[in-house]
Amino acid sequence: MKPLTWQHGLGVLGFVLLVIGSVMGLTMAPPERHMGDVSRIAYIHVPTAWSMLLASTFAFGWALASLWTGKERFDDLLAGSVEATVVLAVLMLPSGMIWARPTWGVWWDWDVRLTSSLLGLLLFAGILGLRAFVDEPRKRATWTAVATIVAYVDIPLIYFGVRWWRSIHQVQSSPETVSGGMILPWRINAFAVLFITLWFIAMRSRIEGGKRQIEQAGEPQRIVEAIA
Amino acid sequence: MIVLRQLATLIAKDLRLEWRRRARLLVVLVFACTTLLLFSFALGRETELLVKASGGLLVLALLLSSTLGLAESFRVEHEDRALEGLFLLPVDPVAVFYAKTITNTLFLIVLGPILVPVALALYSVHIEPGKLGDFALIWALTASGLAAPGTLYSGMTSRMRGQDVLLPLLLFPLAGPLLIASVRSLTLLITGDAMDELGAWRGLLIAFDVIYWSIGGVLYPFVCEEGT
Repeated sequence: MKPLTWQHGLGVLGFVLLVIGSVMGLTMAPPERHMGDVSRIAYIHVPTAWSMLLASTFAFGWALASLWTGKERFDDLLAGSVEATVVLAVLMLPSGMIWARPTWGVWWDWDVRLTSSLLGLLLFAGILGLRAFVDEPRKRATWTAVATIVAYVDIPLIYFGVRWWRSIHQVQSSPETVSGGMILPWRINAFAVLFITLWFIAMRSRIEGGKRQIEQAGEPQRIVEAIA
Repeated sequence: MIVLRQLATLIAKDLRLEWRRRARLLVVLVFACTTLLLFSFALGRETELLVKASGGLLVLALLLSSTLGLAESFRVEHEDRALEGLFLLPVDPVAVFYAKTITNTLFLIVLGPILVPVALALYSVHIEPGKLGDFALIWALTASGLAAPGTLYSGMTSRMRGQDVLLPLLLFPLAGPLLIASVRSLTLLITGDAMDELGAWRGLLIAFDVIYWSIGGVLYPFVCEEGT
């Protein structure tokens, strides 16, 4: 197996950037006009949400590639991306709830953005459940790809839902709609979480590939010999 | 043209099968009526609350019943390896998918004429006769929206250990947006549509139906390649 030099480098860079971006967000960026210091959780929450959407889009791309080419490498990357989506959604939802409690007065609201995000988490967690039940690698790859493509239908709802329906959740911000001091920590953390996500996907896909090779190799010779 | 002829033959075959196993429809109906009764235990005896919730409760009863019907639709095809025989004829997998989806849609639609009057009686709901056409349309759109992904997932999981867990695990979150649109539509028909919102929700239901039916037709051939 090849050493993971550049992937580990990406992970380290991601964590370093995350520390820098978070320190800047907590100490140097101005407080939001209406929400005050509570809004600083957005320097983690928003990049996590962006990376979750990206990870699910990677999963969709790997699913198409896996289905059309049949190459096992794409299934490894798909499994890593689906897991990354689930992990990021699990981080994103509670961080949003912590922000919502002092801002909206409730931990949860049945708003389109929150509901579709929770559905997205359950959908991708369901795909991991499906993978756990299929033993044959080729079948597992195909069915994971099919379930991912179907699940991805929900993702545009998460992103565009706040524009399509009346929502308590604010619409997407842009550099023109936020104070200048907020942009840099946001961008740094966006790249930080993205790099960590890519590192996570690379690591998980490497483990999936190893597991598949073990499955395909069958019983190790020494166990067969011991039984014999 | 050949595919259309195969589709017609397969639908006739599936409907004949359903007719011969009509006791199954009765079992699903009894299950659906039981769920309607249980929901009213949870909500209590307050008529106003029951009327407001009746649209949602009807859709939930349909969803829960659908898993029973959908799970069975492919299981029967594995007896005497009937599905393999079909593919060897050869029958186009797309025709098999759409025949099963159409039959499952009809199966779910047929639950309506029994379930809806039971719900109207249990929850003291009055629907104006002029709205019955819209009510039936929403019911049919919900049924077909559940049937398409349900048939795809049923095709994948029908021979797997843990199908009873996997089918709801995959289908319920996926059907979330469809269910929300359906519940809102039925509730507007029952309680009144002062803001003229019904058209938008109906449009969303149609959009989901088109997406799920199209994706299912494209993806099912990959699923059956791996042996369902």
